[in-house]
Amino acid sequence: MNSNLTLTFSLMDPPYENARSTTAFRLIEAALRKGFHVNVFAYEGAVALPFLQQRAHANAVHGRDVEQEEHPLPHQWVQSLMRLAEEKGLQLQWVNCGLCVDERGVDQAVSGVRRGTPGDLWQFAQQSVNTLIIPAS
Amino acid sequence: MSHYLVLESRDCLESRDSKKMATLAEELVQAGHQVTVFLIQNGVLGARSGAVDFFWGEMADRGGEVLADEFSLRERGIPAQGLHPGVEPASLDRVIDLMASGCKVIWH
Repeated sequence: MNSNLTLTFSLMDPPYENARSTTAFRLIEAALRKGFHVNVFAYEGAVALPFLQQRAHANAVHGRDVEQEEHPLPHQWVQSLMRLAEEKGLQLQWVNCGLCVDERGVDQAVSGVRRGTPGDLWQFAQQSVNTLIIPAS
Repeated sequence: MSHYLVLESRDCLESRDSKKMATLAEELVQAGHQVTVFLIQNGVLGARSGAVDFFWGEMADRGGEVLADEFSLRERGIPAQGLHPGVEPASLDRVIDLMASGCKVIWH
């Protein structure tokens, strides 16, 4: 258990665009399972990851309805990570860049996500044993 | 001496930037630093034993460590025995452990 240590991740990719988002979720989960507190600073398109208005859809091309398609929703993955942190008694702080949120109109985020600025990333890095920046390209 | 962790996510055939990262990693080893390269996502494609351009060989020969994400390997149907000699499959937990140890971590 490493419950006094924190790792920070900074993400930039929007949902449904790149495997980096999946990898970031895997890293956050691995860190929580190993007992680390986790900070996430979401920048640019990544602020849409916890957007509550994402909707599952059917797939007419393959003849599947909504249930059969089982379309993944990144905001549900964020909620799962929040639950995992709570179950383990750990902190998962998720800050969305406020300007990036406003630009994209994605201001309805899952519970536990708050608005912030790049200054939060600096503070996160100061509080953490390490920080991984995952750029968009 | 520092310990560097390079997370290489790019396919070696998609971008020659991977070669530049390999050169950087090799130079870090030459300068006396410890280097761990963790191949992830399409970065694992270049680790196949039949791959012509295995960029990380010289760095590994000089003492660098090359790991390949087990999940990314499974996604792409690459078995452990299909990897270039010197490349070890590893779980993402290794990345977390190395980050916690204070490695200087670079995502590419």
